[in-house]
Amino acid sequence: MSRVDQAEAAASFIEDHLHEEHLDKILWAARMRRDQAARQVPEWEELRELASQIKEHTLSNLGHYLEEFEKNAQANGVTVHWARDAHEHNEIVYRLLSEKQVTTLVKSKSMLTEECETRPFLETRGIRVTETDLGERIQQLDNQPPSHITGPAIHKTTEDVADLFSRVYGSDKTKADPVYLANVMRENTRPDFLKAEAGMTGGNFLVAKTGAVVTVTNEGNADLSANIPLLRISSVGIEKIIPADEHLAVFIRLLTRSATGEKITQFTSTFRRPRKDGEMHIILVDNGRSARLGMERFWPSLKCIRCAACMNTCPVYRRSGGLSYGSNYMGPVGIIMMPTFDIHKYSELPFSSTLNGSCTNVCPVKIDIHEQIYAWREVMEDRNQIKIVKKEAMIVAGKVLSNPKLYRIATSSTEIALKVLPHFAIYNPLNYWGKHRDVPDAAEETFHEWYKNHRLKVSEDLGL
Amino acid sequence: MTARESILQDIRTNQPATRTLPAVPKFHLDQPLDLPQLFVQSLKTMAGECVPDCPADLDVFIRKRFPAAKRICSAVPEYKGTCTPVDLSRWSDACDIDVTVVRSPLGVAETGSVLLSEHELQVNSIGFLAHDIVILLDPRDIVENIHDAYAHPYFQETGYCLLMTGPSGSGDIGAVTVHPAQASMTLTAIFASRS
Repeated sequence: MSRVDQAEAAASFIEDHLHEEHLDKILWAARMRRDQAARQVPEWEELRELASQIKEHTLSNLGHYLEEFEKNAQANGVTVHWARDAHEHNEIVYRLLSEKQVTTLVKSKSMLTEECETRPFLETRGIRVTETDLGERIQQLDNQPPSHITGPAIHKTTEDVADLFSRVYGSDKTKADPVYLANVMRENTRPDFLKAEAGMTGGNFLVAKTGAVVTVTNEGNADLSANIPLLRISSVGIEKIIPADEHLAVFIRLLTRSATGEKITQFTSTFRRPRKDGEMHIILVDNGRSARLGMERFWPSLKCIRCAACMNTCPVYRRSGGLSYGSNYMGPVGIIMMPTFDIHKYSELPFSSTLNGSCTNVCPVKIDIHEQIYAWREVMEDRNQIKIVKKEAMIVAGKVLSNPKLYRIATSSTEIALKVLPHFAIYNPLNYWGKHRDVPDAAEETFHEWYKNHRLKVSEDLGL
Repeated sequence: MTARESILQDIRTNQPATRTLPAVPKFHLDQPLDLPQLFVQSLKTMAGECVPDCPADLDVFIRKRFPAAKRICSAVPEYKGTCTPVDLSRWSDACDIDVTVVRSPLGVAETGSVLLSEHELQVNSIGFLAHDIVILLDPRDIVENIHDAYAHPYFQETGYCLLMTGPSGSGDIGAVTVHPAQASMTLTAIFASRS
């Protein structure tokens, strides 16, 4: 599997200033709303600490809680399935659909099914799948994966969507109006809901004590997908489990405030039993999670509740767009998750960060995201996964920065070099920094030279 | 080895040393609160509307508020409407409903949410496929926060329940939240005492 070059992919996004500015603006606004919402809750930091402790307790007793969940869900009349990996998951879904001769499926947004590539798996086997989340549907129609965990099409402008809908649905291309476009989607998706033979959802939480799957949406599309057809399938990662409803309350208070700044989503739904004459299946999916649980440094990433606050605050994500990560999970939390799926393919991702710590500060379950990003860099070094050019540059930088004499020679010679070298020599392929930026003019003197000429002289004059 | 056995074995091999499960406080504010007033404010921020004074004639109120409505599905005994949930032979038949009227047993002041379940809806789809939804709520049934809400027995007893907070919305286009999304276009809560 070839290595994802996030920086290279981000370059084309950055060149398009319109989309770069659009994304930066709306995500930073979401971050501001998150801060305002947090300030309105006096116990906010206590809730974060509780959420972290609840998740750590549950993950450290994961086997126990999964068995408790299974027992209670089965007592509710739900069929529980276990899938070791994406292929097993997809096979289970396809078998359940085939047994009922299902050819039309409506599904709500689920990062897990993106991870398992469930939709293409089913479509190649003759199942017509309609994504019912507006953003996810936009991405489906545009043959693109989600670019953001909670806003799959957030990188698109309203004009982009108007253009897409005019091509797909024949709507008015000149009406770049969110209300008009949302209506177009509603009118075109409603028939799919009504005739679907099966509905599929993900799950934001599993509650062990009650055997419940909890979904959180603004559109109500999970409720529509799960309530209209007789066959209901929920696919959920094993790490989504929490002990009981009293713990669920903590996460519900944190999740939406962290994501959008709203107090709650419009539909916070609890599914425990199949409807009369219907069937309900829950697929518990591992797909690398149990292995991650054994990674001493990285298991806390399993605490993630997929709020995307870390993406909204990340300066790299906001300016490069989610698609540049070439992965199912993107942004800071994607950086620490994806190498657990494929260390070589995602070996460059840990370097797509400034390590400013903002992601850690906003994480509602207190994952030490930026420290894990740094730790992944160390792993990449240990496993020899760093590109030779970058590695050699780091070795040179390490030598120069750790030796004052070398450092002074380097800074002085850089000053001269920038003045005398031709453009092609400065902007050579090894100059990553200068790839998308102008190298600034060198200062007349280095800080060391300035200090020597001014402060040191003053100190000497004062006899200090 | 089955997938179940394999996954559980891997988990038990890998799971870290056990951590303590913390107790969760109720986080009630110290000062006395006007819960109905807080509910009204919270619901408004989610684009829902609350009518604090129960109209003397619910039928007149609904006809005036939704003049184009032809099919009004009532899931409450105090209002007749033009049909009831039991009239729907298939759950998808709820797509023709203009207005659903249903009672909630619980409101949440913190968020402006109302609790609904299969008990009230009878046919769950009437809560989503209807163009507009009207919720009757006794102000005495409003609790302070989400911690109180999740103590309600519905979450342990019903097959399906939800906290509904305003009309269906989406911010997926241009990050502007709009309210035609997939489910009901408007939500109106009316403070109406339980009989």
